[in-house]
Amino acid sequence: MAFLTISHLEKSFGTTRVVKDFDLDIAKGEFVSLLGPSGCGKTTVLRMVAGFETPSQGAIRIDGKDVVGLRPNQRNIGMVFQAYALFPNLTVAQNVAFGMKVKGLPKAEIDARVTEMLGLIGLPTLGDRFPFQLSGGQQQRVALARALAVKPQVLLLDEPLSALDAKIRVSLRSEIREIQRRLGITTIFVTHDQEEALSMSDRIVVMNGGIAEQVGTPFEVYNRPATKFVANFVGTLNTFDAKVENASEGRISLDGVAMTLLAPFRDAPHVAIALRPEAVHLGRAEGREVVLPAMIEDVHFMGSVIRVRARVAGASVALDTFNRADSPPPAVGSTAEVSLSARDVIVLHA
Amino acid sequence: MIRSPRFWSWVAFGGGLLYFFIPLIGMFEFSLRARRGEYSFQAYTNVLSDPQFHQTFVYSAIMALFTIVFGVLIVTPTAFWVRLKLPRLRPIVEFITLLPLVIPPIVIVFGYIRLYNTSSWLPLTGSAFGTDILLMFGYATLALPYMYRAIDTGLRSIDVGTLTEAAQSLGAGWFTIITRLILPNVLVAVLSGAFLTFAIVIGEYVFAALLNRPAFGPYMVWMGGNKAYEPAALAVLAFAITWACMALIQLATRFSKHTRAQR
Repeated sequence: MAFLTISHLEKSFGTTRVVKDFDLDIAKGEFVSLLGPSGCGKTTVLRMVAGFETPSQGAIRIDGKDVVGLRPNQRNIGMVFQAYALFPNLTVAQNVAFGMKVKGLPKAEIDARVTEMLGLIGLPTLGDRFPFQLSGGQQQRVALARALAVKPQVLLLDEPLSALDAKIRVSLRSEIREIQRRLGITTIFVTHDQEEALSMSDRIVVMNGGIAEQVGTPFEVYNRPATKFVANFVGTLNTFDAKVENASEGRISLDGVAMTLLAPFRDAPHVAIALRPEAVHLGRAEGREVVLPAMIEDVHFMGSVIRVRARVAGASVALDTFNRADSPPPAVGSTAEVSLSARDVIVLHA
Repeated sequence: MIRSPRFWSWVAFGGGLLYFFIPLIGMFEFSLRARRGEYSFQAYTNVLSDPQFHQTFVYSAIMALFTIVFGVLIVTPTAFWVRLKLPRLRPIVEFITLLPLVIPPIVIVFGYIRLYNTSSWLPLTGSAFGTDILLMFGYATLALPYMYRAIDTGLRSIDVGTLTEAAQSLGAGWFTIITRLILPNVLVAVLSGAFLTFAIVIGEYVFAALLNRPAFGPYMVWMGGNKAYEPAALAVLAFAITWACMALIQLATRFSKHTRAQR
């Protein structure tokens, strides 16, 4: 049974519908990411769960209790903000203790919990510092400890890593995930960064224009995108316009080379198909039955991976290949072959 | 010969200094002439030993403290709420807070007397205590442009919306948010407003005179009409009080611990 249920949630600002008929069930202890571009409604959904926005319609239930009528301070929700939102007049320890003091817990209990939380985030000695004396990553860890200290039913993370630099962002996302797993706290994470969502989540909700385009595990969302938007938004995608030979048998042809797709598609003269960069192989390879000629347009050396851009079947295609010291990347302007498998083809539905 | 811009800056600065300080120096020099043929602090001694000076100054200082408390209680939640929930009303609220600079105090005080005289629905002028309350309202109105701007500037320096939401998500209600988060974070701004209010109240004449209260402003005017050297000494003292208030604002800003890194 779902611990957090959002049903038929709607939000309008004036005549603009920002969230449209949004449904989501989240199990206890699950980590769900709301992923989408700016203005897709993901933060508005989060703010409605937190109580900072009132839904125009719909219900939000936490552990079976409808919370729509409750004020934010009555919902027992922990929230971490993009801008850290640490109280500048309080020390780290006072920040972490704030929620517990508001609840009127005994001092001994508060002190013990503050020590525990500072240990959990790996900053046991920084309790006496003020927020301005901490780095961005440390501040966000403290914000997480403060949110968790009150033992909330649900943890809401509103783009908590966006303000941090790339290296800290990567290390902090695994820390957040580890802490979330250890505490088993139900979490909603809002991000526009697909890599964050894919690497951290149990499930991802891909949002666009106020609706949930797809809800699924990172594997499902990446490999079996439900809509063209999801396919384009999550990961890099090579798109082709293939000729339909026989729709009922799943046969198409790409640049004159026939293949049979596993995924169904509509009977039309053409079908839009897509391939991830890692599904296109430079040269022939076992198990990749479709071989197409290619012309190398560009080569990006990215360390362990080399991203090659080639013209294949009239389209500009990105493909990834692992860097090997004994095999230099192809020269720009040279001709080559690429191979792919029909089972990796994603059929794009509008 | 062409002079550098720096030269003209110094000329302008020097001209400004002379413009402000020559009258002050002149007044100070005059205040020292109470004894014929020699400089002395006789005028200051006369002023400081006058019981009326003590009474009026203490009265005005107490009124200033109450005005500050009243002003902070009125302005802080208002500025906070406008910034948080009613940002579109900010220009209107700012306009209202500027009105005391446009409307002469004599108009305001006559309005008060008409509204709160002994035959009105709330006869505040019927007792000394009631009149003191009315005077405090008047002072708070006069100080409103300065108090509001000081606190609003303080609120602008913090992310009021996010801090409020963070506190709410931790279970805090409005009272806790204002008293434990907003007020401490705009304390320097509040102190700036408070010292400005103090300086205004100490020198205010019209309200106190027309409401017939024993304040420092009317005492200074009375002194000016009846003595020769003492008014100059009083004016110097009034300047000293104002400057002390300004110095305290600077000190409060400097010693504000949690905002040190942001300056």
